[in-house]
Amino acid sequence: MEIKIFAGIKEKVGKDVIDIPVGDEITVADLKERIYIDYPELDGEVFQVAVNEAFQTDDYTVKSGDVVALIPPVSGG
Amino acid sequence: MKLFEVTEDEIDILKYHEALVDSHQGAIVTFTGHVREWTKGTRTVYLEYEAYVPMAEKMLAQIGDEIGEKWPGVKTAICHRIGKLDQTEVAVVVVTSSPHRQEGYLANMYAVDRLKEIVPIWKKEIWEDGEEWIGDSRHYHSSVNEEDINGN
Repeated sequence: MEIKIFAGIKEKVGKDVIDIPVGDEITVADLKERIYIDYPELDGEVFQVAVNEAFQTDDYTVKSGDVVALIPPVSGG
Repeated sequence: MKLFEVTEDEIDILKYHEALVDSHQGAIVTFTGHVREWTKGTRTVYLEYEAYVPMAEKMLAQIGDEIGEKWPGVKTAICHRIGKLDQTEVAVVVVTSSPHRQEGYLANMYAVDRLKEIVPIWKKEIWEDGEEWIGDSRHYHSSVNEEDINGN
């Protein structure tokens, strides 16, 4: 599953997409756990998960084909 | 034209202002947010903004919908610029038009507050001796006591 990343998270990882191998579906909570395991450099980074360009909570199930992104705390304006 | 937009170009403020003029609206409030040189005693040389553009534009439109529910009759346009911005340049414009001025002022303030909460746009401050992405887990310049910070 390809996941878009931005800002400080993107800078830490060094690219704008990360790839997390998952099955057909995974909850947001489990996905977060996998991200921290596969990308230990993100330890301490806080983010929300957006699915198909909308914020989703930990119990939401992400399916293959969804557009997923990590949204660190925003600072526009 | 798009009333909720993220752009890499200089913002044409009047374009958004004029888009909200109609015969029902007696008041238009136009807010512009600018790049500030000094934040908590640290000098910013320039800013870099980044956005998740398609989601940011959706969330800006959502703010417009929220305003339409809270203050029926108020119309909204919001444009945020991304990329490198120098001191005093316009980073964001928020326009609200309404039959009477009170709702326009309230809605405009609401829009800026919501923008800072839910729109995926990020700001990086570039100082004379370093740089940092700003967010809730923000890291101000090392000379700033972060316990003293309230709001932004």
